[in-house]
Amino acid sequence: MNRILKTTAIAAAVIGVAGVAQAREQARIVGSSTVYPFASYVAEEFGATTEYPTPVIESTGSGGGLRLFCNGVGDDTPDITNASRRMKPSEFERCEENGVTDITEAFIGYDGIAFAQSNANEAMDVTREQIFLALAAKVPVDGELVDNPYTQWSEIDDALPAREIAVYGPPTTSGTRDAFEELVMEAASEEMDAYGGEGYTDIRTDGAFIDAGENDNLIVQRLAENTEAFGIFGYSFLEENADTLTGSNIDGVAPTPDAIGSGEYPVSRSMFFYIKNQHADEVPAMYAYADLFMSEQMIGDLGYLKGIGLIPAPAEMREEARQDVENRETLELADLK
Amino acid sequence: MSQSFDDISAQLKRRHRKSARLKWISMGALGLAGLFLVLFFADMLVKGLPAFKQAQIQVQVDYSEQASQLPLAAVNEDVRSLVSRGYLRLIPGRMEDNPDLLGTTRLEWVLADGQVDQYLKGHHSKLKASEQAVVDRLVEQGRAELRFNTTFFTRGDSKMPELTGIASAAMGTLLTLLVTLAVAFPIGVMTAVYLEEFAPDNRFTQAIEININNLAAIPSILFGLLGLAIFINFFGVPRSSPLVGGLTLALMTLPVIIIATRTALRSVPESIRHAAFGVGCSRWQVVRDHVLPLALPGIMTGSIIGLAQAMGETAPLIIVGMVAFIPDVTTSFTEAATVLPAQIFTWAGEPDRAFIEKTSGGILVLLTVLITLNATAVVLRKKFERRW
Repeated sequence: MNRILKTTAIAAAVIGVAGVAQAREQARIVGSSTVYPFASYVAEEFGATTEYPTPVIESTGSGGGLRLFCNGVGDDTPDITNASRRMKPSEFERCEENGVTDITEAFIGYDGIAFAQSNANEAMDVTREQIFLALAAKVPVDGELVDNPYTQWSEIDDALPAREIAVYGPPTTSGTRDAFEELVMEAASEEMDAYGGEGYTDIRTDGAFIDAGENDNLIVQRLAENTEAFGIFGYSFLEENADTLTGSNIDGVAPTPDAIGSGEYPVSRSMFFYIKNQHADEVPAMYAYADLFMSEQMIGDLGYLKGIGLIPAPAEMREEARQDVENRETLELADLK
Repeated sequence: MSQSFDDISAQLKRRHRKSARLKWISMGALGLAGLFLVLFFADMLVKGLPAFKQAQIQVQVDYSEQASQLPLAAVNEDVRSLVSRGYLRLIPGRMEDNPDLLGTTRLEWVLADGQVDQYLKGHHSKLKASEQAVVDRLVEQGRAELRFNTTFFTRGDSKMPELTGIASAAMGTLLTLLVTLAVAFPIGVMTAVYLEEFAPDNRFTQAIEININNLAAIPSILFGLLGLAIFINFFGVPRSSPLVGGLTLALMTLPVIIIATRTALRSVPESIRHAAFGVGCSRWQVVRDHVLPLALPGIMTGSIIGLAQAMGETAPLIIVGMVAFIPDVTTSFTEAATVLPAQIFTWAGEPDRAFIEKTSGGILVLLTVLITLNATAVVLRKKFERRW
């Protein structure tokens, strides 16, 4: 019984220790699962080659990361958040309300979204409009919006093969899904009269689009099993599986690093991280990490991150982004609009 | 009217057929479950065993002045892309620690790049044809081989598949479970002792009992949300730390321990209590000297099973931030850490295909630990359990 009493005492002591707040050597990073592989690569390098401890990185999604980031200033909030899209004005305003007023934006490069299939099939070129017509919940038929009637690609355009429409894609919580909706669905529907110039992003739920979960590897595996289907996922997964998958040309442009970096490939997005400058005094590791991330050896044309799927921005843009971070430029609401 | 003999024997036959059918169906169910298990294990073993071997190559390392600035210069150009970057980047640091190295050239076995490893294992690799030729030549000369992968057990997570290991996750699991045990065991046992030995049987205690049984069935992610709200936001426990993870898992394990302890206490016969009371023991003495020691094997078994359950848990830990990239092995309760199942989850999402074997390797390690824990529980029960 004595032993039990002792254990209780130890447990109480452990809980007591927790109450004591401590100064932090280690930078805390949250945010996008798309940026996560790049950020953790830099973090590992940072931990191995500098005096500072390795920053802690959590993959929370862009939205989730910005929510934590904007919770306020202080030891228990993250220093940096990664995002596979720009911060929204509403998020910036929430940051301001909670006292996070000095933020620096760092632009790190591009990521493409691939529309790919098993290479057991012949390559299939598509346009954004065709993808939209295949996946939208309601499509215009004879000038009226009706529930999507298409079951085969050939029904959309005679030039496309008579294959069943089946597309594996990310769930609504994913940044890849956000970007896909914006860059494909919205962009295509804005051109169509039936939607009155408004972007339409509802994706059909009758089984043609299959929600395959956050893990892009799962989509890749399922494409190998179901060779009829297409998948929507990040470019780095296409590059890693180039022996089994082919990416479709979209609007006539193939998903290559060059085309994604120049913006010619229409489904590419920018990646960022945001630094909370108000933590500069408490967490010195933060800037050292940010500077390493922005260095040419990481995000440059010959940088390490390129090897794991980052698509570098053109040299001038990199230089500009690097200057912004070095000068700790404060982000203004006007920049985001 | 009496039934004829034929009627009765026909009925008997039907009944026997029915029980034979039931037997076959249940055996089929067992067989199917067994088949799934065998398939799962076979798949994990085939995919995971290669993870315990890692390619190493023998190269000339030139500790020149230049290499202390630019580590790539330390090895020859033809093998430069075959050596792990994780090894190369440590060269300047090693030269600083050991100035004697400067100016020497040594033939060393070094960790090969993950792609070389995949190539040697016959998996898909991104090596160019020219690089493959160099690797083939090295193999012929006996300068490239698969060796036991100590890195996998001594290092933490890494972005480079050849450098990843489960050490930081294993340490995180250990620390987390220590906290869980330290919190859940005493509280759980004391609660059970009170409910079983002291509490009157009234509406209030019945309500508590129903609640405890309900808690044991609650989806674990809810405990994560509770942990976030109470421990992190209210008490300010550091996010991602084994402390907050352990406390959260303790909430989850508590009902399991309480229920197991109550069952164990209940199985101690009433006559032992009566005898103790009869010689003048107080209730405290009865519980301490007689009931608890006799119930201990049952309590231990229940606690171990509860802990094993907590060990395999990831969902609540995502919420309190323990699914994170942790390359360093931490020994502190308040620094960021991750746990084994979370590490497996992280690896499963990596684009690099060399991580497939790491994922399965991690699963094998986790399974081994779990089987050991559960086997301990069985042994304890078999050895110390007393039947009355």
